[in-house]
Amino acid sequence: MTTIDEAPVLIDSARTPPSDAPPRARRRRSPATWLSGGGLANLLFLAPTIVVFALFSWSPIVQSVVMSLQRTNLITWEWVGLDNFANVLADPLLGTAVLNTLWFAVLALLFGFPLPLALAVLMSEVRRGKGVYSALAYLPVVVPPVVAVLLWKVFYDASPTGLFNTVLGWFGVPPQTWLQASETAMPSLVLEATWAGAGGSVIIYLAALLAVPPELYDAAEVDGAGVWRKVWHVTLPQLRGVLFVMLILQVLATAQVFLEPFLFTAGGPNNATVTVLLLIYRYAFQNSLGGDYGEATALSVMLAIALALLSFLYFRLTEKWSS
Amino acid sequence: MKSPRTIVASLAAVATVASLAACSTGAGGESGKLELRVATFPPGADAAAYEAFEEQEKQFEKDNPDIDVVGVEYEWEGPTFAAQLAGGSLPDVFTVPFTDSKTLLENGQLTDVTAEVEELGYADKFNPVILAEVQDADGNIFGFPRQAYAMGLHYNRDLFEQAGLDPDSPPTTWDEVREAADAIAEATGKAGYAQMTSNNTGGWQLAAAAAARGGRIQEDNGDGTYTSTIANPGTVAALEFLKQLRWEDESMGSNFLLDWGTINQEFAAGNIGMYTSGSDVYTALVRDFSADPDSYGLTVLPLEGEDAGPLGGGDIAVISPSVSEEEKAAAVEWIDWYYMQKLLDEDAARRDAEALVASDQAVGTPVLPVLDEETYQQSREWIADYINVPLDQMSGFFDGVFDQLPVGEPKGSTQEIYALLDPIVQAVLTDPDADIDALLEKADADAQALLDGE
Repeated sequence: MTTIDEAPVLIDSARTPPSDAPPRARRRRSPATWLSGGGLANLLFLAPTIVVFALFSWSPIVQSVVMSLQRTNLITWEWVGLDNFANVLADPLLGTAVLNTLWFAVLALLFGFPLPLALAVLMSEVRRGKGVYSALAYLPVVVPPVVAVLLWKVFYDASPTGLFNTVLGWFGVPPQTWLQASETAMPSLVLEATWAGAGGSVIIYLAALLAVPPELYDAAEVDGAGVWRKVWHVTLPQLRGVLFVMLILQVLATAQVFLEPFLFTAGGPNNATVTVLLLIYRYAFQNSLGGDYGEATALSVMLAIALALLSFLYFRLTEKWSS
Repeated sequence: MKSPRTIVASLAAVATVASLAACSTGAGGESGKLELRVATFPPGADAAAYEAFEEQEKQFEKDNPDIDVVGVEYEWEGPTFAAQLAGGSLPDVFTVPFTDSKTLLENGQLTDVTAEVEELGYADKFNPVILAEVQDADGNIFGFPRQAYAMGLHYNRDLFEQAGLDPDSPPTTWDEVREAADAIAEATGKAGYAQMTSNNTGGWQLAAAAAARGGRIQEDNGDGTYTSTIANPGTVAALEFLKQLRWEDESMGSNFLLDWGTINQEFAAGNIGMYTSGSDVYTALVRDFSADPDSYGLTVLPLEGEDAGPLGGGDIAVISPSVSEEEKAAAVEWIDWYYMQKLLDEDAARRDAEALVASDQAVGTPVLPVLDEETYQQSREWIADYINVPLDQMSGFFDGVFDQLPVGEPKGSTQEIYALLDPIVQAVLTDPDADIDALLEKADADAQALLDGE
C-alpha cells in the first residue's frame, strides 16, 4: 500500500531521473539492432498514444503559439510578430481582469481550500455511514456545471422572494444583491464554485486520511494529545504531500476560472467579474465577427507562461519541505 | 519478431487509425440527394415549431425532389456566432443582422449571389437602403434582406391592469413610461421597466434609447471613418432615465444582468412590465418562450427631441462561403422559396401562412418592409385571413410606426462598441454613485480608439 509519506517522493521524481535509468553513453545501436531488440513493437505499442496526444494535445498548443504571432479571422492569416502581445498588454481591461482573477483565487483559497479538508477530517472521524456522507459530499460534483449555475441563479435571485434572501429574511436580514452588485458578485461566484468543487477534494483527502498509520494517533493519545493536537501534529503533517499538490492544482484552476463569470454575470456588473479567461474568450468571440484570435491566443500564452512560472516557483519553495 | 507483443501493438495501432478514420468520414449524401443544412429556429423551440418546419420542408422537397433540406437549430448571438463561424459549424443557409453583414462581406465570409438575385427578378424590388446593407462597393449582392424591424415598446397588459393602468392606451412619453413602471412595481412587486445590459445588448439598447431622444452614438463621416459621439445629450438623458427608475422609484426589479434571451424569458414569465426591443420579437416570445399572447402589448417608442427616431435593423439570409456550386444553387432555391416568395407571390404567401397557422405559429408579426412598400402592403393583404397575432394589441405600434423615421444602427465597429457600453448601463443600474458624464467621456475615448484602430 502506498503511504502518504511517499507522495513527496512522487513529486521529486519529476525533477531527478530515477536511479535505474540507463546510463546515457551506451553503445550506439544500429537500426538493425533496434529492430531486432523489439524497437518496432515498442513504437507500434506507443503509436496510438502518440497519435492521439499529437493530434489533440500537442498540435493545438503549437498552433496557438503560432497564432499568437498572427492576425487572423481563421480565413486569412498575416504575421504581425509581437503586436498581439503589445495590444493585449495595453488593454485597460487586462488589469481589471488580472485583479479580479487574483481576487477570485484569494477568496477561493479562503473558503475553498480549508473547507474540504475540514469536512474530510470530520467525516473520517465518523464511525458509521461514512459512505453516505462521502456520497452526499460528492453529489454536487456530479451535477453538470451549467445546471449547477442555473440552480444557483435561482438561489441568488436578488428580489426579497429569492431563495437565499427568503432564508435571510427569517433572521431579519435585509435582502442581499448577490450577483447584482460589484461588491458581492465575486464572493457569490466563489461560494458556488466552492460548493461545486469541494466534493472532489473531500474524496481525495478522505483517501489520504485512510493512509495515515493509526499507530501515530495511538502514540499521540498516549502522549496526552487532544483532538486538535492530533489534527495539528499528526493529520496535517501526514497530509502534507497531498495538501501541496491540491494547493497548486487549486491555484491553477482558479487562475483559469471561466464558467462561473461567463454564465452567472457575463463579466458584469460593471466588469466586476471579468476574469483573464473571460477576457480571452471576449477577444476571440465577443465581437460576433470573430475578433482577435491572435490577441486571444497571445493572452492565453501569457497566462500559460505565468502559471508555469508559478508552478515552478511553488515547487522550488516547497522543495525543502517535500524532500 | 512476430511476438504476441508485436501483434497486439499492431492491432492497437490499426484500431486507432481505423477509429480516427471513422470519425472523419461524415454522413455522405445518402440516396443521391443533395443535402442542404439550413438555419431554422433557436434551440428550445416547441414541438409545434418543428411540425411547422417539417411541413414546409416537405412542400419544398416535393417541388425540389433532388434536395434534402436539413433544419439546423440556429440563433444569432454575438459570442456564439463567432464560435460557429470559426469552427465551421454554421449551416449552409443562415441569417445575420444588418450590423454584421458589411464586415462579413469584406472578410470574404459570404457568397456572392448577384447573378442569382438578378435572375430571380427582384433585384430592383428591394428597398434600396436595405439592399445597400449587403452590397459591396461594386454593387455586388451578398445576401437576401428578408426582414426588418424598428424598436418598439413591449408591455405586459396583465401587469398594466393589475396596476390600474389602461392597457389600451400605453405610455406615449418617457415620463409616462416612468409613471407606469412605478405603478406596476408598486402594485405587483414586479419590475415595471427592464433593460438589457449584457452580451452587447446593453450597448444596443442604449443606442436605441439615445436615438429615441435624438442622440446618436456615432457619426458616419462618409469616407470610411467614423466619429464617436457617445457622450451626447440623448445618451445622458437615457441613462438619467434609468437612474431615476432604478434608484429613485426602485421600479426596475432586481435583475440587472439581462440579455436578449433572458429578458424575453422574464417578460414571457410575466415578471417585467415594459421593455424595449425589436418589433419582431413577438414570434420568439410566443414560440420560443411560451409567452401568453393575451397579455402581450406593443406600441411605438416614445420619441423626444429633434431627430429622434426608433433604432431599426433587420436580418439577411446568406449562404456560407464554403458551399459548392450545386449547394449554392440549392441554397438560393431554398432562400427564394422559404424567405422571399411569401413576400412576392400570393400562393406562396398563403401556403406559408397556412402551414404556420396549422401548427399554431405566429402569422403577421409586425415587421418593416424589405421590399417596396406596395409589395409589402400587398403581401399583408394576401395573408389577412391567416393573421393570428393579436393585431389590436399592437395597434399602438402599427398606427404610429410609419410616422416614425427609423434610425440605422451605428456602422463602425458596432458590436465592439456595444460591448464597451454594456458595463456603463450595468454601472448605472448597480452603483447609485455612478458618474454618468465621466463614464460616457471615457467610453467615447475608448470607442474612438477602436474606430481609429480599424
